Amino acid sequence: MRYMLLLYGCDDRPQPGDPGFEEALARVNAFAEECHRRGTYVAGDPLRRSSTATTVRVEDGKTLITDGPFAETHEQLGGYYILDCRNLDEALELAALCPMAQRGPVEVRPLDEIPGAWRGPADIQRAAVAEG
Amino acid sequence: MTGDAPALTVERVYREHRATMLAALVRALGDFELAEDALQEASALALRRWPDTQVPDDPVAWLLTVARNRAIDRLRRARMARTKQHEQAAEEAARGTVTMIDYGEERLISIGDDRLSLIFTCCHPALSSEARVALTLQAVVGLTAGQIARTFLVGESTLAGRLVRAKRKIRDAGITFQVPADHLLPERLSGVLAVVYLIFTQGYTAAPESDEHRRLREEAIRLGKLIASLMPDEPEALGLVALMLLHDSRGASRYTTAGELVLLEDQDRSRWDRDEIAEGIRLLDTALRYEAPGPYQLQAAIAAVHAQAATPERTDWARIAGLYVELHSAAPSPVVALNHAVAVAMAEGPAAGLELIDEIDGLRRYHLLHAARADLLRRLDRREEAAEAYRRAHELATNPADRRFLAGRLLALDEGR
Repeated sequence: MRYMLLLYGCDDRPQPGDPGFEEALARVNAFAEECHRRGTYVAGDPLRRSSTATTVRVEDGKTLITDGPFAETHEQLGGYYILDCRNLDEALELAALCPMAQRGPVEVRPLDEIPGAWRGPADIQRAAVAEG
Repeated sequence: MTGDAPALTVERVYREHRATMLAALVRALGDFELAEDALQEASALALRRWPDTQVPDDPVAWLLTVARNRAIDRLRRARMARTKQHEQAAEEAARGTVTMIDYGEERLISIGDDRLSLIFTCCHPALSSEARVALTLQAVVGLTAGQIARTFLVGESTLAGRLVRAKRKIRDAGITFQVPADHLLPERLSGVLAVVYLIFTQGYTAAPESDEHRRLREEAIRLGKLIASLMPDEPEALGLVALMLLHDSRGASRYTTAGELVLLEDQDRSRWDRDEIAEGIRLLDTALRYEAPGPYQLQAAIAAVHAQAATPERTDWARIAGLYVELHSAAPSPVVALNHAVAVAMAEGPAAGLELIDEIDGLRRYHLLHAARADLLRRLDRREEAAEAYRRAHELATNPADRRFLAGRLLALDEGR
């Protein structure tokens, strides 16, 4: 089952050149490699700061655009991973291993699969591999 | 195979083997609600059919086979409904479904220790604490939603909703039906034991106690014994059973017939259940031989010292104080520190205990801290301060029996007794 790890409270991360950047990068890479070694890694990306977010709403056919993220919470979404795990236990274990979990909460959500929904090229390839 | 009437056989088989059958079905079907519905349908069919035919030789296997077939029918119907809407996608989904249920009869009917997987699934840390307790009571113990709602003082519909959400989360979030991997086991087992102890304390702290509360304690002890027998190398499981038995042995003497609280030192020790005490001490001794004392074994050891004292005066308080020190290093908490202080007061005098109580941080709103302080101040003849502490304890207490008890103490102090 595929899970999304939503990484909160880590959008204020060290940038290249900042003190501690190299160490932080090495920890994040080690985590991603561990996920890959276990055969779970599907995707993962950092997000730019929540101050760069723009929210779009469509109401009565009108598009409303507002500055900022949808949820004005203390801890903002800072990145994500998608991991293909044996079960929730494995996903929770990897979430706890993730270096970003030291900085903020990690929400673990299973991805849903809707029969008949259009699937992107990556998914079609994945399904083909799974079916051998 | 049995002489009793078919209806009684159904009831007996259901009562004795429900958890085992449910566990086998959940494992085979991967879906709690589906497994429960199927088992219920099979039991209903047995009630209708067995009076006319004969009770089968192996009623458990019969019920499981029928339940499994019902569930497969239901999945097939759901699949067909989907096929009509969405042929290609549904076919794919159905392939998944078939592999899920295509375990074959032997595997479904091999009913060994699936109950342990059931317990671990019900107590999964991804479920809320309330849901873990409710699900364990329903799926493993076999209480109805109504019974659980009454003992936990929540509305029946709230509780039913909680159960449905928990079962759907197990299915949809990929909580697999299994005993956790070895490296996760210590943490997960302690979560399971915590659920069992929560069930027990819910049955222990209610005042006045009812048959349902006694039943809850019995079920918690039974559940603890089941876990200890399925995991014989886990001394903490044995320690928990010992602890529950030793507490339960005092069940009848903790309240007067009028529902008033009776302190340990004032309890009629002849009413303590000697059989439970003997069994608790025997299990504790077995656990201690593993030389890995954890919080439950240490608490049981403390309860055993009380249980073995013929009179309150003969309690070995120095030993209890030592056990609290060990408990505090195994599971530090201000409540343990408070109990340690009280034991030291008993062993070395009220002044030593009071000094320790005043060092405790984080229990300013805990009525028993103020009650213990009040008692020590009274024994040191510091009446004004004692009265103040009793008043504070009375303000903070919520259990009516506790409140009446504290009011009584305050009155006795004012009257100079």
